[in-house]
Amino acid sequence: MNMEALKSALALLFRNRLAGFGAVVLSVVVLVVLAAPLLPIHHPDLTNPANRLLRPFSTNHLLGTDHLGRDLLSRLIWGTRLSLVVGISASIIAAAVGAFIGIVAGFFGGRTDNLIMRGVDMLMAFPYILLALAIVAVLGPGLINALYAVAVVNIPFFARNIRGVTVGIAHREFVDAARLSGMGSWRIIWSEILPNVLPVIVIAISTTVGWMILETAGLSFLGLGSQPPQADLGSMLGEGRKLLINAPHASVVPGVMIFVIVMSVNLLGDGVRDALDPRLRSGALARPAPVTRIDRETVPEKIESNALLDVQNLHTHFEVGERVYKAAGGVDLRVDPGECLGIIGESGSGKSVTALSLLGLVASPPGVIKAGSVRLDGKDLLSTNFETLRSIRGSRISYIFQDPLATLHPLYTIGDQMIEAIRCHRPVSKKEAMTKAIQLLEKVQIPNPKARIGSYPHEMSGGMRQRVGIAMALANEPEIIIADEPTTALDVTVQAQILALLSDLRRQRDLALIFITHDFGVVAQLCDRVAVMYAGKIVEVGPTEEILAHPAHPYTMRLIDCVPELGGGKRKLSAIAGLPPAVDRLPDGCAFAPRCDRAEEDCRLGTLATTPAGTSRSVRCLHPSLEQI
Amino acid sequence: MTPALDVQNLSKTFGGGTSFFGKAQPAVHAVRSTSFQVLKGETLGIVGESGCGKSTLARMLVGLLPPSEGKIVIKGQDLSGMVGNAAAFGRVIQYVFQDPISSLNPRKTVRQIMEAPLIHLMGMDAAARKARIDELFDAVNLRREFLDRYPHEFSGGQAQRIGIARALAASPQIIVLDEPVSALDVSVQAQVLNLLDELRTAFDLTYLFISHDLAVVEAVSDRIAVLYFGAVVEVGMADEVFANPRHPYTQLLASSAPAVGRPLMPATDGSAELPDPFNPPPGCAFADRCIRVQKECRGTVPQLGHDGLEHQSACFHPIENGRRER
Repeated sequence: MNMEALKSALALLFRNRLAGFGAVVLSVVVLVVLAAPLLPIHHPDLTNPANRLLRPFSTNHLLGTDHLGRDLLSRLIWGTRLSLVVGISASIIAAAVGAFIGIVAGFFGGRTDNLIMRGVDMLMAFPYILLALAIVAVLGPGLINALYAVAVVNIPFFARNIRGVTVGIAHREFVDAARLSGMGSWRIIWSEILPNVLPVIVIAISTTVGWMILETAGLSFLGLGSQPPQADLGSMLGEGRKLLINAPHASVVPGVMIFVIVMSVNLLGDGVRDALDPRLRSGALARPAPVTRIDRETVPEKIESNALLDVQNLHTHFEVGERVYKAAGGVDLRVDPGECLGIIGESGSGKSVTALSLLGLVASPPGVIKAGSVRLDGKDLLSTNFETLRSIRGSRISYIFQDPLATLHPLYTIGDQMIEAIRCHRPVSKKEAMTKAIQLLEKVQIPNPKARIGSYPHEMSGGMRQRVGIAMALANEPEIIIADEPTTALDVTVQAQILALLSDLRRQRDLALIFITHDFGVVAQLCDRVAVMYAGKIVEVGPTEEILAHPAHPYTMRLIDCVPELGGGKRKLSAIAGLPPAVDRLPDGCAFAPRCDRAEEDCRLGTLATTPAGTSRSVRCLHPSLEQI
Repeated sequence: MTPALDVQNLSKTFGGGTSFFGKAQPAVHAVRSTSFQVLKGETLGIVGESGCGKSTLARMLVGLLPPSEGKIVIKGQDLSGMVGNAAAFGRVIQYVFQDPISSLNPRKTVRQIMEAPLIHLMGMDAAARKARIDELFDAVNLRREFLDRYPHEFSGGQAQRIGIARALAASPQIIVLDEPVSALDVSVQAQVLNLLDELRTAFDLTYLFISHDLAVVEAVSDRIAVLYFGAVVEVGMADEVFANPRHPYTQLLASSAPAVGRPLMPATDGSAELPDPFNPPPGCAFADRCIRVQKECRGTVPQLGHDGLEHQSACFHPIENGRRER
């Protein structure tokens, strides 16, 4: 890990106050016990029967003395030192052996995995304290043997954890790539698997050290760990137990120390886990608001039109730390009733963000709508309250997403999910909703809908699942369906069927369709008008046929050229040099200028407005190709 | 002329065998007896939809998966017995992965990733490795300063170039490209495809180009093999296979590809799905979806001819002169 990553991990760790508190407490304890030989304290084993069982705060003995007159403060410090060493060593041994077993089982899989993991299961079948007792009974009492016992008892925990992680990593493509690079299995384990498993091992250690210290103390408490006169926390507790009534301080003092150590270790461990977990780091656990945060200074003036949906100057930004990603940087869209509008663009061009912004579905944080309006029948959706917006979601405007396996709930039948979608917006009985659901499945041409309605999503093929997705989008007879790459994950033959279905449905029901895609072929077959997006802005919009035949914006022109079409034979493909710009540092002027062969000086200045081109088209370019229009 | 790669009756069955108690286990025939040849310097395109066995086939060809039966002959040498000995495969045949980012270990620098094949396959010393890596990075148009960065710092197109450079490192004769551009944006896709074409000439390579995108396959391939349900159903010259398909499945594929200026096909009901892989039909796997199906199609499996170089189809009733309607 390099310095920067370490810094950010530490910053994350201390953002969790409790973890910071744990770290401070633990550091103090560790510093004190490390300094034990230097501290002006009595020898821990020095007996002085004359001064036995002195209370705390006696002169010369801050925490009092035990039944043999030994100084409790000194025994506490030395005992804590011993307990920490044993607990941490046991964790490291258990982690090393457990991780080795887990990696080997997970990596080799098959029979090796089966044999090893069944052995581990057997080890787990014994109650841990019984197993530890048995091990100590065989090896004989003693601190080192207790250490081994605690380590062995905890190996299964590590082995199972690490095996699970390894199975996931062993099937990643870079492991195959390493094999093809000529590496042997053991070398792959060492140099490819281990570095990726290491964070998990550290997390597992950090969350178990406290537990291990407790277990060692438990064995010592039973007299199987450290032997007199050597002090550790467990044996001090054991000795103090007999005097609990007469001299409670002899057991309370080590007890409080055990509590302090285990608490601080666990708080710190949780913090470490959160800081190392990549999902938490990316802020995935921040609960998104039900509506995207809206932070507009002004609402654009309403323009009178007969459009069903009118989007003006929509700005959706993602604010991550210092950076502002302008995912949608001023989008204007208009959809008429019954019209199909295609939005085409590459990944990161802002087409999905635009679609999600319409109903405030962009996750906030980090998403914010900074400007613009979304008017449905002339009413601004971004100004309405959550209840109104919620009643529109899924009823007047509904969505179809790319991967129905990810959007359908895996634990409910598709029938249950469709009934829920219907009853969410309409007060009908379950039975009526069921009848409606079956009709919908028929509409999307799912064979044998009565039987299929009881299926779970995983029991259906991708094409079938997407039909269910379409049926759910139709459930409440929407006026607009927004389809976000609904066929990208499907095979061509299935894609053709789904497109035909969508096309038929929209004509039958006079639906408006916003179809997001990166495929010009699909747009040409399905859409009346098309909007081309680049770096968060629409660069060209107009009737599909005209744009495909005579693109005016250089980006549209070049993008069409990039897409090979069937029937052209073997050929060199035209490419666009360079990469789309990052939307957190867009250049001045036209975002496409650095890649454009028509770019001139004025393209790199100020902001570009769209200009009308012909009767029904507009283009955001200073030097468009307009000959044909 | 000896082919660069000669695949003979290659098949792969997953599962099967008997359980601990002697009960027969279900088996999936991922790749059914498949034979084809790839000539030196040519690009053979392999198309098929999900579940047709293209990835299984690719993994067998590079030695990542042991075949159940059949031979993989490269330059006259049968390699099918050497699976697990990645070095034997790695020096002659290499692989470019679909997902460029996940094929690079996130915890290694690009230099460490590039050095692996040079150390383990070529046994080069440090100076020779440095020279070779510089040469490879020039070949794929990447700047040398990228070498000390980690994979997550790269865009998909750049990461795929690194993947290609790694595949080239051990100077293989054949490269299996498994959907090398399907994770990339169209504007970047063409850059990578053109780079691959330049490299093929520069390093005298033979390609197997696997993809589900018919237009891309047609644009880069000399010949194309169409896979359906684990078997090659049609093979022929690239400009012939989709323009003049013989197998009804190829025709369905070609007419399904969305294209500017062609109307949508009429919506059919969704019954058209692959047969159950645990219980393959006794006859042609496409019979249930085929409009030309006749009695014999359901009884015996149609076979491809033996000489795999001409335009052939595994069909009892191939489409004669079936110019695709445009």
